[in-house]
Amino acid sequence: MNALEFILAGMLAAATPFLLAALGELVAERAGVLNLGVEGLMALGAVIAFIIVYQGGGHLLGFLAAGLASAALSLVFAVVALGFRANQVATGLAIGILGQGLSALFGKSFESLTVKGLPKLSLPWLSDIPVIGGLFSQDIVVWLSLAATVAIWAVFAHTKTGLVIRAVGENPKAARALGYPVIAVRFAAVAFGGALAGFAGAYAAVVYTPLWADGMIAGRGWIAIALVVFGTWLTSRIFLGACLFGAVSLASLAAQATGLDVSSQLLSSLPYLVTIVVLGIISSNRRLLKLNGVASLGEPFEQ
Amino acid sequence: MSALSRPLLPVLVRREHASLTVKLVAPPVALGLATLLNLGLYLLMGRDPVAVFHAMLLEPFLSWASFSEVLLKTGPLLLIAQGLAIGFRAKVFNIGAEGQFILGAIFASAIPVWFPQATGQWIWPSMLVIGALGGALWASLTAFWRVKLNANEILVSLMLALVAAQLLNYLLLGPWKDPNGFNFPQSVMFQFDAMVPILIPGTRVNVSLLVACAFSLAAWLFMQRSFAGYKLQVGGLAPRAAGYAGFNEGRAIWLSLLVGGFAAGLAGAAEVAGPLGQLQRSISTGYGYAAIIVAYLGGLHPVGIVFSALLMAALYIGGDNAMVSANLPVAAVRVFQGSLLLAYLVAVAFVRYRLEWRHVARGSTP
Repeated sequence: MNALEFILAGMLAAATPFLLAALGELVAERAGVLNLGVEGLMALGAVIAFIIVYQGGGHLLGFLAAGLASAALSLVFAVVALGFRANQVATGLAIGILGQGLSALFGKSFESLTVKGLPKLSLPWLSDIPVIGGLFSQDIVVWLSLAATVAIWAVFAHTKTGLVIRAVGENPKAARALGYPVIAVRFAAVAFGGALAGFAGAYAAVVYTPLWADGMIAGRGWIAIALVVFGTWLTSRIFLGACLFGAVSLASLAAQATGLDVSSQLLSSLPYLVTIVVLGIISSNRRLLKLNGVASLGEPFEQ
Repeated sequence: MSALSRPLLPVLVRREHASLTVKLVAPPVALGLATLLNLGLYLLMGRDPVAVFHAMLLEPFLSWASFSEVLLKTGPLLLIAQGLAIGFRAKVFNIGAEGQFILGAIFASAIPVWFPQATGQWIWPSMLVIGALGGALWASLTAFWRVKLNANEILVSLMLALVAAQLLNYLLLGPWKDPNGFNFPQSVMFQFDAMVPILIPGTRVNVSLLVACAFSLAAWLFMQRSFAGYKLQVGGLAPRAAGYAGFNEGRAIWLSLLVGGFAAGLAGAAEVAGPLGQLQRSISTGYGYAAIIVAYLGGLHPVGIVFSALLMAALYIGGDNAMVSANLPVAAVRVFQGSLLLAYLVAVAFVRYRLEWRHVARGSTP
């Protein structure tokens, strides 16, 4: 298998934690809430899923529990930031620290243990095509994440629910005047985002690299937040961004495997460096950010 | 509408004047709340909450030996938090102080690593200066990205902190590894003149605590007494008004990040030239992130931050105690830190709001 085939086959799986977490953050931000706690939400979901799968509870239960736990923690964020109108940046950081702390606390006795991942489901015919065939052989969670991406795109593009969420994020006062429950919509959006972050963490811990190590999320939650900016709040571009990061993290693996003389520390920091560079390129186009950005992002709502 | 369909609900109502009393009692209330929550958690984990409480929150203050260790940890937290608070008040969210701290440590270590034979009283002061410049240099990348490229400083500074951690690993596993260090990822031990002099004999508390106090005084003068500090705060509170008044936003961002990076770099330099005496992987136990909590808990005020830095330092020492005496994992300290900040953010909401019970029409939001 050459490097290109390796990257094509593994890209979607590597992209899935980024994709799920970024989609969750997208929904919250569309409703006007900036939740910076994604790293902690993912870490909590990861440890919960790992413990359940390790104890023999199975992947389905593991994912469900991870989603529930992270949604619950994101509701703590919602109560403090939306209920008590605290600074969303500070609240998000606190949730991030708390989630990572809980993750380390619960995961302490599971350090370096492993579980079994999930089998690949191959699409007939397509997965036999040379070179790109690997793209069509993925585990069930990847397929479901792709479906979720399309579903979220459709909700924002074609349904009233999507319109209400965007109205609440664009102009909460106007949305309130039309009779929409601004705070309730924001709570729901944050909880949904939390659940997706939990799934993202679960995927990282029990499918992608099914081994427990403290700090295994390794900045992916932060990159997911950056992905929402890269994608200028558009589902399709966020998907492309997630694929890019999936490819980048695999490329560093491939480079190490082929014995390229690059330090492993440089390769480990590649995703962070790419984030910094792309963030600079996209953000310097102010018009692009204004066009799709969320007007009331991060601002507390008071009637 | 009948009373039945209008349930009695708690509603936050804006006060006419911000309450100074609440502002002063919010930190201790938050500490009490966080303590209760965490003791409950320890009980669930099957630990004796009374023993943990004693080890974590009382023991650090009960003996001179452990209190001197608290003072030692206060230094870096105080420095970093004072620097960050200046930026936070201008609404410039530098959350990558951890990276600036690491760069400060690396820059400072360059002198003893490259000139291990050098002697003279000039060495440790130059290390502090170079370390501070290294931190400011690392932060200047974030400032450039924010001012010139319009990029979000939260994300850029955090990414740079993750890069800094890898840079440290690279140096310690590669060019700066001690050849006689049994392959441990650490530099050579520094020579005597590369160490900050001890301040209180018999303890590890060194002169950098005085530096941190001096920096706190400077931060107070700058924020409360200078026009430049005033401009920064207006920029944070009312960006439009600051714009109309001709206050330069870009300059405020540069200033915030450079001061924050300078202080964090200084703290990093003081850590390697102080208690550690060498560059190692574990130079920071999350000081950069803990300092964010210290800054908020101190009300972003230079005086408040002195108290919150002491408290956070005590939590670190207490956490170590509890690990030994009550078998509590170190991660419990991070859980405590996170819940402490959350409790504070809830408590501080009552500075501007009060709680009222009202009949709220169904469908409307409280």
